[in-house]
Amino acid sequence: MAAERDTPPLGSAAAGLADFREPEDGEDLFVSTASTLESSPSSPEPASLQVEDVSANSNGPKTAEILIDDDQDDLFAEATEEVSLDSPEREPILSDGPSPAITPVTPTALISNRIEPKVIGVPSMFERSLDEVEEEAGGDLFDINISVSDPEKVGKTSLTIFNQSEFSVKRRFSDFLGLHSKLASKYMHIGYIVPPAPEKSIVGMTKVKVGKEDLSSTEFVEKRRSALERYLMRTVKHPTLIQDPDVIQFLESSELPRAVSTQALSGAGILRMVNKAADAVNKMTIKMNESDAWFEEKQQQFENLDQQLRKLHASVEALVCHRKELSVNTASFARSAAMLGNSEDHTALSRALSQLAEVEEKIDQLHQEQAYADFYLFSELLGDYVRLITAVKGVFDQRMKTWSKWQDAQVMLQKKREAEAKLHLANKPDKLQQAKDEIKEWEGKVQQGERDFEQISKTIRKEVGRFEKERVKDFKVVIIKYLESLVHTQQQLIKYWEAFLPEAKAIA
Amino acid sequence: MSSSFLPLSEEMFQARSVSVDLNNDASLLIDIPDALCERDKVKFTVHTKTTLGTFQKPEFSVSRQHEDFIWLHDTLVETEEYAGLIIPPAPPKPDFESPREKMHKLGEGEASMTKEEYAKMKQELEAEYLAVFKKTVQVHEIFLQRLSSHPVFSKDRNFQIFLEYDQDLSVRRKNAKEMFGGFFKNMVKTADEVLISGTKEVDEFFDQEKTFLLDYFSKIKDATSKAEKMTRSHKNVADDYIHVSATLNSLSAEDSTPLKHLEKLADLFEKLRKVEGRVASDQELKLTELLRYYMRDIQAAKDLLYRRARALADYENANKALDKARLKSKDVAQAQQHQQQCLQKFDTLSESGKKELTSFKGRRVLAFRKNLIEMAELEIKHAKSNMALLQGCVELLKSN
Repeated sequence: MAAERDTPPLGSAAAGLADFREPEDGEDLFVSTASTLESSPSSPEPASLQVEDVSANSNGPKTAEILIDDDQDDLFAEATEEVSLDSPEREPILSDGPSPAITPVTPTALISNRIEPKVIGVPSMFERSLDEVEEEAGGDLFDINISVSDPEKVGKTSLTIFNQSEFSVKRRFSDFLGLHSKLASKYMHIGYIVPPAPEKSIVGMTKVKVGKEDLSSTEFVEKRRSALERYLMRTVKHPTLIQDPDVIQFLESSELPRAVSTQALSGAGILRMVNKAADAVNKMTIKMNESDAWFEEKQQQFENLDQQLRKLHASVEALVCHRKELSVNTASFARSAAMLGNSEDHTALSRALSQLAEVEEKIDQLHQEQAYADFYLFSELLGDYVRLITAVKGVFDQRMKTWSKWQDAQVMLQKKREAEAKLHLANKPDKLQQAKDEIKEWEGKVQQGERDFEQISKTIRKEVGRFEKERVKDFKVVIIKYLESLVHTQQQLIKYWEAFLPEAKAIA
Repeated sequence: MSSSFLPLSEEMFQARSVSVDLNNDASLLIDIPDALCERDKVKFTVHTKTTLGTFQKPEFSVSRQHEDFIWLHDTLVETEEYAGLIIPPAPPKPDFESPREKMHKLGEGEASMTKEEYAKMKQELEAEYLAVFKKTVQVHEIFLQRLSSHPVFSKDRNFQIFLEYDQDLSVRRKNAKEMFGGFFKNMVKTADEVLISGTKEVDEFFDQEKTFLLDYFSKIKDATSKAEKMTRSHKNVADDYIHVSATLNSLSAEDSTPLKHLEKLADLFEKLRKVEGRVASDQELKLTELLRYYMRDIQAAKDLLYRRARALADYENANKALDKARLKSKDVAQAQQHQQQCLQKFDTLSESGKKELTSFKGRRVLAFRKNLIEMAELEIKHAKSNMALLQGCVELLKSN
């Protein structure tokens, strides 16, 4: 594929993002981030995680800056002390576990989201990552290299959240889910669109299992790995989320506390389920007086978008399926043509038929590769956005809940006032004080409710704006990549048939 | 649903010789310039131009049905004198089953599609229908042209009747005896398979031919069915592009943010699917049809071998009968004459069979060459169009 091969490290995306001040200056932060991104010559490819080998880093990591704000987390300060800047030195510190986790540069380098033209090598890639997985006892561990290069200096209070320029850690699938669940519980109710984590079971997304070899298990691993990569990318690209200590810890710490709350039958898991059910019921009963037309419009828009994207996703999934079938049938025909060539007693025709068989075999590979591109570029993009839009809709619901809470507080305040008035008349001075206190309390709650509502509305507007921008960029980049994959296929087809043509003409 | 399809009769099909350069001899030129589709029946217009005096007029046309072609083929098969010739394979029955079924499914799924999508799918189906139609015309035409270009068949009386008789042939067709004869003939064929493989072959040429044809037949049959599957998958992919394009259109129409590139993308997929559709149908014509045709032709060659094997068996039986007669000293002259006849028949068969099989190979090689070249050229052409479309779109998207 002619896709841009240069691999701007994730860092250049995070670079701009890492230049922040306190979260309160959120808006300025946002702007500066945006401008940094726009002005960067090699724009980061959001859909693909750029992987850089620790060893093959020809650019050389710039030295990380460690101007750290004192207000930062203690955890953060600690981390600084422990770890040195020097790349070679850091490895022994980071790798508490067995060194294969960090050193296997080659396999991790292969675990890149780019789809190589020689994807024929894919099965062997999978084998290795599978071995990695099998080596670790129990559970699915993924080696992910995220390279974060240094932030550029913007203003005097620039700080670096990350200590080194490059590091790698091992994470379980459940760790990812745990991260998401923490982020969701912290940010969604105040209006931030938290990127959804990949679902626990991604099985059944493709309908056709390639019959030739059982690639289904390796496909599953690759699918999952790719999904996790995209999830992380989206999370770190979020200006607020990247600052979150949980995110930083996730990316940096050598050991994470086991995320127990993601287990299905845990107490926390059950609590989540109950909350989800409660939410669903509430949504039906809340009738909000929408004063702001913007929100109504947007909700409708997202509803439509959701429908269309789902439909498109289904169509593309069908395309993947059919292309896989085409690949299988082409291979089968190739074999048959070879047999026919063998049987043919006219020498020149026999040779031509064998050549035809070879061409068809190569074309079968092409179809396979194209099916990968269809899936990993196009289909997965759509799937991701279907889930993202669900998150967006969730955030709108949160706003409704916040409004509802505010309204409830107002109702309660009114009740308290009425109660106080009654007590006044009944002349019970001792209870009166309590009533007055309660009124004060609820006045406060009403004010808070209003503030919360305004805040969440503001946040959502910002988030939606950001989301739309990201979406346009994201789609454009991935679509271009996908189209380039199609171009590549056509180029190869031309090559193969042009090579065959003289063979056909040679039949005498 | 299917009634909304016609009319295709207005179309003029250009004569095309897919396989071999037939229809070269100006003394008898045949083509099927158009055909009519009436409900389930296809009516072919057979047009003849001739300089031969055996015909009443120099140029004329008649209307024929598929069954008329079958009748003609069967009469040729049953003609003793033609036992040593490869009888051109009968054209297969026009089969609109596949597009008809798809049309039905389309009707059922109409509710779930946008108007545009439905219109495009219908368009695609109509194109498929047309392709089947063209294929069947072609295959019937080639059958006649094979006959007209053959020194012996072109003079066949029934062939002349077929071409010239300006009324319905159905009366002749419905001759019960002929129909029964045809049925019997097919039954015997399977017994011949055993016969042909069992007979000891003295003649090296026929020995080789037998081995070759039996093996080649099974391979080409397999290749035909695999090619069919492959072509069908290709069509499925082209159809998927329609759905993708349609949904992209809806998306771009509804989206408030100026996602201009969705519209371009939708347009691209619409153009791509047309090219993909052509790739699929060209592949079908040049590859699948080629294989299918020669599979039938090889069957016809095998039939020649059967007839020869039967003649050999007859001869050997006649020999045995002669020996018996000599032993008994009874009807020796009769037996001798019969034996001579059988020998003569066998020799004639062998001689003409050899000629036919040799020219058959030449024909086959030429046809493969022509079609493989054409297919490769078309594939290259379509891939280049695709590439131009794709690159254009990528440029457009990148420049925004």
